[in-house]
Amino acid sequence: MTEEIIKDVIIGESEDYIINIGPQHPSTHGVLRFEVCLQGETVKYIIPHVGYIHRGIEKMCESLTYPQIIHLTDRMDYLSAHMNNEAVCLCVENALQVEVPERVKYIRTILDELNRLASHQLWWAAFGMDLGALTTFFYGLRDREMILDIFEESFGSRLLHSFNTPGGLMHDVHPNFQKKIKEFIKYFRKKLPEYDQLLTGNVIFKQRAVGIGPMSKETAIAYGVTGPSGRGSGWACDLRKHAPYSAYDKVQFTECLETEGDTYARYKVRMREMWESLSILEQLVDNIPEGDYTAKMKPIIKLPAGEFFQRVETARGELAVYIVSDGNKTPYRIRFRTPNFSNLFVINTIASNFKIADLVAVSGSLDLVIPDIDR
Amino acid sequence: MQNLYDFSILTGAIHESLSRSMSPGWVTFTELVIIGLVFLLFFALLGLFLVYLERKVCAIIQNRVGPNRVGKWGLLQTIADLIKLLIKELIPIRKSDKFLFNLAPFIVIIASLMAMAALPFAKGLHAIDFNIGIFYVMAVSSLGVVGILLAGWSSNSKYSLIGAMRSGAQIVSYELSVGLSLLAIVVFSGSMQLSTIIESQSNGWWIFKGHIPAIVSFIIFLIASTAEINRGPFDLAEAESELTAGFHTEYSGIKFAFFFLAEYINMFIVSGIAATVFLGGWMPLHIGNWEGFNHIMDFIPPIVWFFVKTFFIIYVIMWFKWTFPRLRIDQLLTLEWKYLLPVSLVNIVLIAFLVLMGWHF
Repeated sequence: MTEEIIKDVIIGESEDYIINIGPQHPSTHGVLRFEVCLQGETVKYIIPHVGYIHRGIEKMCESLTYPQIIHLTDRMDYLSAHMNNEAVCLCVENALQVEVPERVKYIRTILDELNRLASHQLWWAAFGMDLGALTTFFYGLRDREMILDIFEESFGSRLLHSFNTPGGLMHDVHPNFQKKIKEFIKYFRKKLPEYDQLLTGNVIFKQRAVGIGPMSKETAIAYGVTGPSGRGSGWACDLRKHAPYSAYDKVQFTECLETEGDTYARYKVRMREMWESLSILEQLVDNIPEGDYTAKMKPIIKLPAGEFFQRVETARGELAVYIVSDGNKTPYRIRFRTPNFSNLFVINTIASNFKIADLVAVSGSLDLVIPDIDR
Repeated sequence: MQNLYDFSILTGAIHESLSRSMSPGWVTFTELVIIGLVFLLFFALLGLFLVYLERKVCAIIQNRVGPNRVGKWGLLQTIADLIKLLIKELIPIRKSDKFLFNLAPFIVIIASLMAMAALPFAKGLHAIDFNIGIFYVMAVSSLGVVGILLAGWSSNSKYSLIGAMRSGAQIVSYELSVGLSLLAIVVFSGSMQLSTIIESQSNGWWIFKGHIPAIVSFIIFLIASTAEINRGPFDLAEAESELTAGFHTEYSGIKFAFFFLAEYINMFIVSGIAATVFLGGWMPLHIGNWEGFNHIMDFIPPIVWFFVKTFFIIYVIMWFKWTFPRLRIDQLLTLEWKYLLPVSLVNIVLIAFLVLMGWHF
């Protein structure tokens, strides 16, 4: 089907035309290129072209030791930096069969949720911009600032905090950590309804989102669309629930599922996840046990020969780490299954035959982070 | 009191002194030159101020401070921006239609300059007072779309072309609602001359006197004119997140600034027309027979009344832009053809009935 259209366009027999959205474009949020065939304003097909920011992270990891790899995983999905780090750390700890202290598990979970909140806030801000509501950007970033301040105080870094290390954390958190988080929860519980007032109930927003880019559960599973985008189609794929790690087995939360599968469903899932994250934070923040911030590790970490696998739920979906070790201090091969790669390629299926403005809305609702696609 | 603020005394004096030394033909010519220069100067200053105002208003809505570094409260910021735009290189586009590409910004800016001529700023401060004032403003302001279409067509860029085509469809559709909502007041006041329309509001503005139909046509006018000047939430011709910058994607330097300036001046013009037609123009707020209140209101100069009303409507239009998401092109046309146009048509019949029965105040 797509091939036929391409042939017609190239020969010049059809009145369709091709435009390139990206690699430099405000709505691709990075260097991604959509080759879009249009018939008037209607999208006929979309071919995503990736690789503009490929840095060969997986290959680079082969010459780095495990504690060093942490600093590269930050740079895949920079908005879920903490979860990416945690995936590698958990994989290494499982391989070595190290039991990390309870304190580390709790702090890691708290940081996961803070990072997820920060990521969803930025997503909400940018999604509004994609739809032309420019004010959302400043509301989202205003509240994200508080989370980044908490990060900065504890790790000295706001975005790419390589705070995890195999066996635990780099150092203990700042004494203000709990107090600041409690302040943030109180603050954000008041601010989150503002998000709904500004965007969710808006008539124009609903027209732009409801029924746009419908993704069936089968499609989501076939393409491996995980995270909030997959849950918007009714696919229960939350690894925090189904394969708990860190302290997720100790907290109560509901997996946010919507069944419509359209842009609005994906939007609602993320909005509800922000409330869930707040409640998870509330359950954990007062119960951080005392203890060491790291398990006792050897100075040079060598994994036993074999294959190791670990999945975590990042803000965008399922991140899987697969390490093949030959017993050295560096991995023989390492492979990341990043959520955005799968989430991106469903776009031709769900956004075809909609308008070009809907393509922007759909790609916004998939919440793509481009360095995560290219790695 | 009224005479104190009457600009026709000043303009009459200028006319007298010119007539004494020149033949009538030269007097007309000199007056045209003076008016042209005054309007160009006003045009540029107003454009700069509106850009500054927009940045401040959007900053307030977005919890920011806005420009505050260049000059007191950042007042000189837009002047610095203008200088930057003036010294920017004009990037020539290969394979573009050079003549039309260069012509387009001028068509856009001339259209808005011409529309400004019919705006009554105060009593007697009115460049030209036709008997078909409203008709003229509508005709001239819709010329601007020719410039936008040319800009999109001649830049030889697909993004520009999509933007221009959207703009064409949008303005052709919304012109109808703008026309019909203005026609409502023409029916009320029985004249298309702007000065007569203002005189007819001396005992109350049409939005109060015209019952609900006048309010309905005011709202329709606000929506439709926001669409007609390509501002958010109807800024599909630019649609930053879809088409990067729409019809002016390929323009740079001062030619880009012309489009930018024309957008803001058009906003001023539609606000000015709305203020004149629905909110009494330079006419102070008069309530029935409250003599004392009316007398106090007369102390405020008419030019202040005009600008206060105009800037209030400008603020509302800016408010739209910074809070609403953008519509999609088919939703935009649906809104016009399925909702606004039928409502306007019914509204105009209602108003004709009201006027026939003499039920309005």
